[in-house]
Amino acid sequence: MNIKIENISKNFKNIKAVDDLSVEINDGELVTFLGPSGCGKSTTLFILAGLYTQDHGNIFFGNVKVNDLETEKRNIGMVFQNYALYPHMTVLKNILFPLEMQKIPKKDSLAKANELLELLKIRELQDRKPNQLSGGQQQRVAIARALIKSPQVLLMDEPLSNLDAKLRVETREEIKKLQQHLGITTIFVTHDQDEAASISDRILIMNNGKLQQFDKPRQIYNNPNNLFTAKFMGNTPINIFSLRKNLNGFSITDTSITLPEIPILRDLGEPEFLIGIRPEHFEICTVEDGILVGIVELVEMQGKDNLITFSIGNLKCRCFSSPKLSPKTNDKIGLKIKSESILAFNKNTGDKLSIKM
Amino acid sequence: MKREHSLKNFLIGMIYLLPALVILVTFQIYPIFKALLMSFYTKYNYFKHIVFEYGFDNYINLFKDEKFILALQNTFIFVIGVVPASIIISIFIATLLNSKIQFKNLFRNIYFLPFVTSTTAIAMVWRWIYHSQYGLLNYFLSLIGIDPIQWLIDPNWSMIALIILSIWKTLGYNILIILTGLQNVDEQYNNAAKIDGAKAWKRFTRITFPLISPTIFFVSITSLIGSFKVFGEVYILFDKMPGPLNSCLTMVYYIYDKLAVKYSYGMASAASVVLFLIILAITLIQFIISKKWVHYK
Repeated sequence: MNIKIENISKNFKNIKAVDDLSVEINDGELVTFLGPSGCGKSTTLFILAGLYTQDHGNIFFGNVKVNDLETEKRNIGMVFQNYALYPHMTVLKNILFPLEMQKIPKKDSLAKANELLELLKIRELQDRKPNQLSGGQQQRVAIARALIKSPQVLLMDEPLSNLDAKLRVETREEIKKLQQHLGITTIFVTHDQDEAASISDRILIMNNGKLQQFDKPRQIYNNPNNLFTAKFMGNTPINIFSLRKNLNGFSITDTSITLPEIPILRDLGEPEFLIGIRPEHFEICTVEDGILVGIVELVEMQGKDNLITFSIGNLKCRCFSSPKLSPKTNDKIGLKIKSESILAFNKNTGDKLSIKM
Repeated sequence: MKREHSLKNFLIGMIYLLPALVILVTFQIYPIFKALLMSFYTKYNYFKHIVFEYGFDNYINLFKDEKFILALQNTFIFVIGVVPASIIISIFIATLLNSKIQFKNLFRNIYFLPFVTSTTAIAMVWRWIYHSQYGLLNYFLSLIGIDPIQWLIDPNWSMIALIILSIWKTLGYNILIILTGLQNVDEQYNNAAKIDGAKAWKRFTRITFPLISPTIFFVSITSLIGSFKVFGEVYILFDKMPGPLNSCLTMVYYIYDKLAVKYSYGMASAASVVLFLIILAITLIQFIISKKWVHYK
């Protein structure tokens, strides 16, 4: 079922938790709400669930406006951050609870529960109480409980944050598979951009209650709307420089470092702007060939590449290099920039400046 | 560090325990055993403290005494009238106080006032409330067209008057304890139950109640024991009388009467032993039943 969020706002006392958010989510899509803590992503999820009421705006499930529909009647499944399994019930009773509330005959609901116990591989846990389960097992039970009534929408509030790193990767793959298998519209809240990138069809990035960007993960990474999004996406932080136009090139603001002419940046209207260069878009070369010169501070192994931290004047930058040409600490290196992958932002607003290729 | 179970360590430990132990033994433990012993005194010289004969005569006389049987009946009626009603009302009010309402703390304090006020003062005020001619209660009843009730004079109403007062008096403590229990229930269970389609009543009976069941159990045990021991309310409310025609004669009032008015120490001790056994039996039954409905984490 498709979901439409229309101009939603929510205030807590003086804090704008959600500020005029509008989004449309397609049927069967897995969308992640991503942002730093306090950005309003969980609040939005709770509004969708009906656990909070928005101050303004409308929510549509399909064609039905659900503003005034109570949580109990919204037919949603939800997995909470701490799972919220009922501590006084066994696993099986936890899973059966939603069907019991719908007064479905025991025989039918047991058949359904058995199916989910198989699907989530938790059959042998069915008679245990939640406090006898590990975090990962509780997670599965919580998912089973959320799915048993075949909800139209599945909401997940940071469901992986209480799991250890390895289990987190495994579980997110399983959630993705399960979601595709069931074709259920799913909204997943997380502050981990890695998790969001790996699992989502589309990511909605929020900051200070406002929507920053809503797009496919790859698109957001390559083509961020603004400085916040550019900084937030990507495991290794993007390098940001403040540039000022000179007569025959650019200088980095507040330094004596100059850059030669980069034609595509010349056309930008602003005399001063920010550029963002992802670590993989620097290329290490000899000092003579480089348009910038840096001094290596740190070399770290990261998978197949080395991550080099270097300084240009007093600016810290990072880039990847293949281990073959691995510079050492305090070496001078030259750097080239793949100019077609440079991102430019307005210095004051942080909005993206479009570069004509 | 290895701890030696030597005589020296034992004696040092005893010295630490001594102050509390002396008081406890003198005023609690010794009287309990003394009362048990006294209940078997059959022939006894009170002035010289000489016991001529031990036996079960006190117990036999007790159960032959119509007043004792009446006291037993009245006490059971009182307990059944007070405990369940008090707990149900307390749960209801505690749930309201736990929800998002204005002036929560003010209400909490108002409800707790009866608990910190002395029984005597409370009973005095209620005597006025129950007054057949000038009482507040009859005034309110007259507003809805009900004739004045002789609350404290009519034996048919006196027990009801006593029960109403006692429910009101026990509310404060019970509400406070249950409210604490409710505040320990994580909001997420309630949210999860809403998601699972449970309406308010189901959320209470299936989620909240089981989660606060240890608290309810505690409150039910303490209220029950407290109610079996009712005395002060009767004594003041009916002006040093056990109600009209003994209609509010309770076990402890009976014991008091035998001990302090009639100087029948043997009978008083025997009655208190019977009361002890009744409370013990009912508490044990409660513990056994509790295994079925109380969920400990």
